[in-house]
Amino acid sequence: MANDYNSEDEVLGKAYDARLMKRLLSYVKPYKHYVIFAILLNVLVAALGPVRPYLTKIAIDKYIASSDYNGLMLIGILLFASLLFQAVMQYLLTYFTQYLGQRTLYDLRTQLFNHIQKLALKFFDKTPIGRIVTRATNDVEALGELFSSGIVMVFSDVFIIVWILAFMFFMDVKLSFVTLSVLPVLIYGTFLFRRKARESYRDVRLHLARLNSYMQEHITGMNVVKIFNKERSELEKFSNINNDYRTANIKSIFYYAVFYPSVELLSSIAIGLIIWYGGGEVIQSTLTIGVLFAFIQYTEMFFRPIRDLSEKYNIMQTAMASSERIFKLLDNKTFIKNPENPKKLEKIDGKIEFRDVCFAYNEDDYVLKNISFTINPGETVAIVGHTGAGKTSLINILTRFYDINKGEILVDGINIKTLDKKDLRKFISIVLQDVFLFSGNIESNINLNNENITREKIIEAAKIVGADEFIDQLPNKYEEEVKERGATLSVGQKQLISFARALAYNPQILILDEATSSVDTEAEQLIQRAIEKLLVGRTAIVIAHRLSTIQNADKIIVLHKGEIRETGNHQELLAKRGIYYRLYQLQYKDQELAAS
Amino acid sequence: MKNLRTLLKYFARYKKKLFLGFIFILLSNAGSVYVPLLLKDSINALQHNATEAQLLKYALFIVGASLFAGIFRFLIRETIIVVSREIEYDLRRDFWAHIQRLPLRFFQNNSTGNIMAHATNDINAVRMFLGPAVMYSVDTITRLLIVLVILLMLNAELTIYALLPLPFLSILIYKVGKKIHEKFTIIQEKFSQLTTMVQESFSGIRVVKSYVREQSEMDRYAMESKDYMKKELALVKIQAFFMPILFLITGLSIIIVIWVGGTKTINGTMDLGEIAAFIVYLGILIWPMIALGWVINLIQQGEASMRRLNKIFNQSYEIEDDENTDHSIKNIHGEIDLRKVSFRYSEVHPWILKDVDLKISAGSTIAIMGYTGSGKTSFINLIPRLYDCTEGEIFIDGKNLKQIPLDVLRKNIGIVPQEPFLFSDTVMNNISYGLKEIDPKRVYEVSGIAYFDKDVEDFPLKYNTIVGERGITFSGGQKQRCSIARALATDPKILILDDSFSSVDTNTEEEILKNLKRFMNGRTSIFISHRISTVKDADHIIVLHEGNIAEQGKHEELVARDGIYASLHYKQLLEEELEELK
Repeated sequence: MANDYNSEDEVLGKAYDARLMKRLLSYVKPYKHYVIFAILLNVLVAALGPVRPYLTKIAIDKYIASSDYNGLMLIGILLFASLLFQAVMQYLLTYFTQYLGQRTLYDLRTQLFNHIQKLALKFFDKTPIGRIVTRATNDVEALGELFSSGIVMVFSDVFIIVWILAFMFFMDVKLSFVTLSVLPVLIYGTFLFRRKARESYRDVRLHLARLNSYMQEHITGMNVVKIFNKERSELEKFSNINNDYRTANIKSIFYYAVFYPSVELLSSIAIGLIIWYGGGEVIQSTLTIGVLFAFIQYTEMFFRPIRDLSEKYNIMQTAMASSERIFKLLDNKTFIKNPENPKKLEKIDGKIEFRDVCFAYNEDDYVLKNISFTINPGETVAIVGHTGAGKTSLINILTRFYDINKGEILVDGINIKTLDKKDLRKFISIVLQDVFLFSGNIESNINLNNENITREKIIEAAKIVGADEFIDQLPNKYEEEVKERGATLSVGQKQLISFARALAYNPQILILDEATSSVDTEAEQLIQRAIEKLLVGRTAIVIAHRLSTIQNADKIIVLHKGEIRETGNHQELLAKRGIYYRLYQLQYKDQELAAS
Repeated sequence: MKNLRTLLKYFARYKKKLFLGFIFILLSNAGSVYVPLLLKDSINALQHNATEAQLLKYALFIVGASLFAGIFRFLIRETIIVVSREIEYDLRRDFWAHIQRLPLRFFQNNSTGNIMAHATNDINAVRMFLGPAVMYSVDTITRLLIVLVILLMLNAELTIYALLPLPFLSILIYKVGKKIHEKFTIIQEKFSQLTTMVQESFSGIRVVKSYVREQSEMDRYAMESKDYMKKELALVKIQAFFMPILFLITGLSIIIVIWVGGTKTINGTMDLGEIAAFIVYLGILIWPMIALGWVINLIQQGEASMRRLNKIFNQSYEIEDDENTDHSIKNIHGEIDLRKVSFRYSEVHPWILKDVDLKISAGSTIAIMGYTGSGKTSFINLIPRLYDCTEGEIFIDGKNLKQIPLDVLRKNIGIVPQEPFLFSDTVMNNISYGLKEIDPKRVYEVSGIAYFDKDVEDFPLKYNTIVGERGITFSGGQKQRCSIARALATDPKILILDDSFSSVDTNTEEEILKNLKRFMNGRTSIFISHRISTVKDADHIIVLHEGNIAEQGKHEELVARDGIYASLHYKQLLEEELEELK
C-alpha cells in the first residue's frame, strides 16, 4: 500500500471552494443544533479571558489605590473564579466540538466505505487498491482538523477579538484607537506573510514531490541503475533534486524568520504607544494606571487569535484538497444496477442457460461472442480453453460482476437482470483460484462473519472437504488466528478453507475456478477428493485445470477466442482431434502420466 | 540517546554557524527580557511624576529592545534552522549514496514503500530534532534561567509564590504528555487496523460480493470506525484537559502576583511596576513551558527515527571492489567459465543453482531454457555480480570475476532484465541511459536493431516523448524493445536477454533476432527464453531444471533426446496451432 505513492496526493489547491465547502457542511447538518449551541457557548466563554485584565484594572485603580485588602481579595477570588470557570467551560467545549468532529468523520468514513463496497468490479479493475485505501483513510483523516477544531475554533477566535475590542473601547476609546493603530500593519503583514509562505510552501511541496518520485522510481529500478553502472551520475542527479528541495526550504525559512519577530515587534510598538500616549494621559490624570495595565495585557491577548486565524488557512487548504478527492470518489457511479422491481427468488433448481451472450470489458472489444449453452440442475460442466479464451469472463458475468452487452443469461428460466443481485448471488457461490483469506480466524474465514452459519455447520463443512484434519492440529483449532492473506497457511490449506467456505454457504450453483498452482501430491489428493464432494448435488461450472475434474464432468465446453468451439465429454472430444485434443496434450496429459 | 551520536559528525560540519546561533539566542533573549524591566520602570515613573519626554524614552527603548531581540530572533532561524536543512540535505544524500551501493538483496528484502518511509518520514523526524528541537530547547532553557534570575532579583518572595504552581505544571505536562502518548499509540494501532480492514475488504471484494457479505462488511467497518472514534475521543478527553489546565495554572500564578503583589503594594513593600513586570514575565514563561513537552516529544521521535536510519547505514555493501581487485583489467573479451557454481539467497533459502559447470566461449551465443523457478534469472544475475555465487567460482577471460573491477565488468555487460524498467524520462534519455553522453546517432542505430524506431516515429514527440504516466504508456512489447535498445547502446561485450521477447510477437522477434545476429558478431550473448523460436539457432542450448543443467546441446540434438526440451518444443507447436485456429 505504501508503495502506491502518487503525485495526485501532492497537489494543493485553493483554500476555499464554495461548492466543496457547502458539501462539507452538509455533513455537519445532522448536528446543526449542537453546532449552534457550541457557537453560542463560545461567545460566552470567549469573554472570560478578556474579563480578567478588566478585573485587574479595578484592583489597581480601586482597591490597591485605596488600600482595600478585602476588595483586593474579592478581585482575587473573582479572577480565580473566572479562570476556573473558563477552564471548565473550555474543557467541555473542546470535548464537545471534538465529539462533533469525530461524529462527522465517522459518518463520512462509513459513507465512503459503503459507497466503495457497492461499486462494480470495473472500478476495482481500474483503480489501484492503495489509492482507494488512501481515500478511505488518510484523506478522511485530513478532514478531521477542519471538523474538530477548524469550524468552531474560527468562531472562538473571532469572539475573543470582539470581546477584547468591547472591553478596550468601554475603558478608553482614544487609547483603543492608538493601540489598534498597529492593527492594519499586523493584518496586512499577516496577509503578506501568508501569501509568501504559501508560495514558498508550494515550491517546497513541488520539490518534495520531485524528490519522492525520483526516489520511488529509482528504488524500483535499482537493478537498472546497477546494471548500467550509473550510481555515480544518479547520485549527482539525486543531489541536484535534493539541493533544490533544500534551497526551497531555506527560502521558506526566511519568511518565518521575518514574520514571527515582526509580530512581536508590533506588539512591542503597541505597548510603547500605550506607555507613551497612555502614560501622557495618566500624567494629565485623564487615565488611570489600571487602564494602562489592562491595555498592556490586552495587547498580548489580541495578537494570538489573529495569528491563529491566519493559521487556519493551512487547515482549510488541506481539507479542500482532501475533500475534493473524496467527493470525486463519492461521485463515481460505476454500479451494477439492480432492477426496480426485482423478481423474488425463494428457491432454485439450478438450471442455467446462456442465450447468445456477448460480452466486452471495453466497448466492442468482445471477449465472449454468441455464447449459448444450457446446464441442467445438478450437472457439472467443465470449461476448458487456452489462456485468454474467455473462461474467467464467463463466470464473471453469471453472477453479474459485469453486465453483458448482448443476449440473456437465465437461471431457472429467469433473466438474471430481473433479479436482485443479492438473491442471485445467494444461490451461487464462487471459489476463485487465488484464495483470498481475511485476517481473523479460521471460523470467520469459513462463515465470513455470517452468524447464521453456526460452528456445527462450519465443522461439518470442514469435515466434508477434509479441512478438519489440519484445523484440528492447530493450537486454537477453529479460533486459530489467520494473518493477513493467510500468510501462515499453505496453498493447499487455503484452498481447503475456501472449499469449506463455499460448502458452508450451501449454494445451489457452484462456480469453481480451479487453481493452477502446484501443491504436493498429498494435498493434491485431498483437494481432488474435496472437489468431488463439493460438486455433489449442485449445478456446477468448473474452470478446470485438473484432468480428474474434466473426466468426471457431465459435459465439457471448449472455449476458444471467446467462442464455444466444441462440446461433449472427454472421450468424444478426444476423438474429434480438435482444440480439446490439443489442450489435452498441452495441459492435462502430464497429469495422466504423473498419476500412472 | 546514543543513536543520535551519528549526527555529531554532521553538527561538526556546521559548528561555526551553530555556535553563532546559540550566541544569537542569548542576545535575543537578553533583548526580550529587557522589555518587562522597561515596562516596570515606566509604570513606576508614572507614579512618581514622569515627564512626557521620559515616557517617550521608555516607549522608544521598549521598541528598541524588541527590535534588537527581533533581529537576533531572525538570525537564529537563519542559522539554526538553516543548518538543520543543510544537515537534512547531507543526511539524505549520504542515505542515498549508501543505499545505492547496497546489494540487490537489500531491495529484495525491503519494499519500496519501506525504504521510502526511511528516506522521507525518518529523515524528516531527524530534521525536526536538528532544527526546532535544538532551537527551542536551547532557547527555552536560557530564557527560563534568565527570567528566573531577574524575578528573584526583583522580588524573591513573590517569585517563590508566583512560581509555586509551576512545578505542578511541569509534573502535569509530563504525566498528561505520557498519557497522551499512550492513547496516541493506541489510536495509531487502531488506525492501522482500520486501514488493514479497508485494504482487505477491497482486495477481497470478489469474495465479499460473491457471498453477498457487503452488509456484514459495512457493519463490521461501522463497528471498527465507531471503536476508532471512541479511542479518538478518549484521547480528546485528556487532550482537552491540557490547554485549560495549562491556562489555569499559569493564570493562577498571575492571580497570585496580583493578589500578593497588590497586598505588598498596599503595604508599600512593592510597586505597581513590579507587578506589571511579573505579569509580563509569566507570560513569557508560559510558551517555553508548553514547548518543552513538545520538544521532548520531538527528541524522542528523532531518536527513534535515527535508530532506524542507523540500522540501514550499518548494512554492508557486500559486492564492491576490494584489495583483491585487479585494476589492470581494463577490458573484457567475453569468455565465461562457471566452475561448480551454487547459489541461494541465504542460508534459510533452498538452493537455486547447484554445482553448475559451464563454459561459454567468447563470441558464442548460448540459450537457457527451463520452467519457471528453475534458476534461469539467478544464473544470469551472477555474471554482472548483481549477486555473488554462494559456492564455486566464475571466471571471465580466465580471470576470477571478483578480481575484475566492478565498473569494467558491468560496462561490458548489457542486460535486458525480465521486467523491463524504464525511467519516466524521454525515449532518447532512456535509450542512452548507459552512455556517458547522449549520442543520437547511436540511439537511432540501436533503435533500428531492436525494431523500435518505427514505434518511436509514431510518438508525438518522437525521441523526446516522455515514457510513463507523465507521457505515453508503452505496451509490454514496446518496453521490451526499448530496453533491448538501451542495452545495445552501451556496445557490450556480453549481452544478456532475460526473456526479453515475451511480449513481442513472433514475427517482430524474428526480425530483431536477425538484426541481433549481425550486431552480436564477435560478442558473447546469452538468451533466456520460454520460446523455442528464440533459442533454436543458438550455438548451445542449456536446459536448467531444479538448479542443474539437465540437458544441453544444439536444437536438433535436444529435440531428438525426447526430454524437457523436446516436450517444451512439442507444446509450443501445439500452442502455435491453437493460436492459428480461427
